[in-house]
Amino acid sequence: MRTDDLVSMLATGAGAVEPNRAARRYASAIGVGAVGAAMLMAPLLGVRHDLDTAVLLPMFWVKIVFVASLAAASLLAAARLARPGVRLAWAPGALAAPLIAIWVLSAVALLQAEPAQREALFYGETWNSCPLLIALLAAPAFVTVMWAMKGLAPTRLRLAGAGAGLLAGAIGALVYSLHCPESGAPFIGFWYPLGMLIPTAFGAVLGPRLLRW
Amino acid sequence: MQRIDEEGRLSAIEERLRNLLVRGLAGDGPGYYAFLKELSAYLRGFLRRRLVRLPDEVEDLLQESMLAVHNQRHTYDPEQPLTAWVHAIAKYKLVDLLRRRASRDLLTDPLDDALDVLSASDTEAADARRDLRKLLEQLPQRQRLPIVHMKLEGLSVAETARVTGMSESAVKVGVHRGLKTLAAIIRGDK
Repeated sequence: MRTDDLVSMLATGAGAVEPNRAARRYASAIGVGAVGAAMLMAPLLGVRHDLDTAVLLPMFWVKIVFVASLAAASLLAAARLARPGVRLAWAPGALAAPLIAIWVLSAVALLQAEPAQREALFYGETWNSCPLLIALLAAPAFVTVMWAMKGLAPTRLRLAGAGAGLLAGAIGALVYSLHCPESGAPFIGFWYPLGMLIPTAFGAVLGPRLLRW
Repeated sequence: MQRIDEEGRLSAIEERLRNLLVRGLAGDGPGYYAFLKELSAYLRGFLRRRLVRLPDEVEDLLQESMLAVHNQRHTYDPEQPLTAWVHAIAKYKLVDLLRRRASRDLLTDPLDDALDVLSASDTEAADARRDLRKLLEQLPQRQRLPIVHMKLEGLSVAETARVTGMSESAVKVGVHRGLKTLAAIIRGDK
């Protein structure tokens, strides 16, 4: 086959490409992934029964804002990793910022607490299920975000897989935070990221195989 | 002074190619053809410089890269330098090829060294080793027929739909998926 023949074949009837296809792909992946997580959570865990009073507490919103900003930052990273020749730029910084903020809050909370209560602030009552449940709720988004990324063109597959996994983890954590009864900053600052790291690690392992093109 | 000239020349090329691609993405067929045609010449040079010891691979890899540029053209952001985008795609395909060869060479005893003298026949390697018709034969019918009618015979979507009895959207999906399957076959995944 001559390359010129291939070129004219590719150009023939190529038509227009709809703009923002990448953005729409991510939007539907996130939407379906979040709905999937909610559908998993509703029968298995349910939302917290005191949600109506919890929304009045500042720590509830700290938790939501923390997870949502991690989700936004990982979306930024995943979107950049899915395009050839685009640098990560400030995506790592955007990921680090909410983590640093919650760790500062945690340090303040731990220092202010009585020494005997510090353990309870860190472990809460659900430390042993929280990371695993976040990983479980991330599963639908893991599939959809990988699908979205597969349709684009990541060139650093391991990193891209990790980015997709992190985004899925953040979506799972966001849905989980409507169930989770915990409100201590030290708890949220440690067990939530740990839960998100599970799909991230899966993504890094599976990326090179799933995302090849 | 020479360096500035060179940079000016390169940025003029970048600008022209970028304009052609942007027009192509908006549906301008001749612009897109001109883009692919000119890009393939630059990419051939790029790959040839990097595959000095594997001259027979150049044209194959070039075609693989061109197919990738086409299939993945929706990932180009007009705000982004075209060179960075194309370079990342070509480099990805290059590394992929070298990795494939490395794992294959581990299994076979490479005789290359002794026979190296004979390996480079210097007729201009304008043809790649694969044959398009043979590759197309491996596609399922609902992908092959739209490609043959639309991309090789130049029929429109409506005409292809009429000839094949498929719906127009099935024709478009068939072309799109077919080119992706083709890329997968070339890569050796299928």
